[in-house]
Amino acid sequence: MAKKVAYLGMLTALAFVFSYIEFLLPLNFGVPGIKPGLANLVVIVALYMLNVRTACALSFVRILLTGLTFGNPASMIYSLAGGMLSLAVMILAKRCNLFSVTGVSVLGGVFHNVGQIVVAILVVETKSLLYYLPVLIISGTVTGALVGILAAILIRHLNKMKELL
Amino acid sequence: MERMEKSAIPAGLKPMKKNDVILIAVILVLALAVFGGVSFYSTLTTNEPQAVVYLDGEEWGRYPLSKDAVVEIRQENERYNILQIREGKADITGASCPDRICVNHRPVSRQGESLVCLPNRVVVEIQNGVESEVDADTN
Repeated sequence: MAKKVAYLGMLTALAFVFSYIEFLLPLNFGVPGIKPGLANLVVIVALYMLNVRTACALSFVRILLTGLTFGNPASMIYSLAGGMLSLAVMILAKRCNLFSVTGVSVLGGVFHNVGQIVVAILVVETKSLLYYLPVLIISGTVTGALVGILAAILIRHLNKMKELL
Repeated sequence: MERMEKSAIPAGLKPMKKNDVILIAVILVLALAVFGGVSFYSTLTTNEPQAVVYLDGEEWGRYPLSKDAVVEIRQENERYNILQIREGKADITGASCPDRICVNHRPVSRQGESLVCLPNRVVVEIQNGVESEVDADTN
């Protein structure tokens, strides 16, 4: 139990730090909402190395923490919508066994952006936000692929470590 | 370490599988489709000034005033009107009609202005144009 708590705490801290790094380095591509999604790296590793419940808890706590620290209630709602949809899709994608980590991560990245845009459209009540959708889908694919490749490498090495221990 | 290098990487943990590549390709195509859909939708509901061509009272086409263009409105019996959009104004520069009233009409660009060719039953109307500066009553 103690080991599990320590593990979870460490992962949460790691995800939090990744969010902080993204907060420090805002990438400006002219469209709001494009970011690397580094924190998703931790969630994916948890999803593959631990279990679904842990990944959910991790994602939720991470969003809550970053929302309280760097954001505001509004940005937290967007993050929550994106994060939860992304996680749900990733869990399903992993379960259907069609894709490797990269594919799962790509789907996660894309649906994170889709979730945010959908909430934004509901809140602002403008369909003009749909203009952002193609750009956000593409950016989600690119960042998702990069994070996925990183996650695959990480998981491989963590598995080796597990064997050695 | 040699041993570890060879150790079987569990399926699904390789960085990329064929399915991933297919997935990415499908998503990119979808993104393009969404882009196409959105831009098509936006031309239908755009707020930018445009010349709308009506033939026999039915919409025949619409052209943004921001883009120079020459449009031939051809009908049966060799009837035609040539609509030219230049410098944000719509003008009929040529027509098969006998009276040529539409051709002699000055170029239009303001909200609600129109070019009418009665013999050919062609109406060009400006939508979303700039409001006229002249008093509405004299319009």
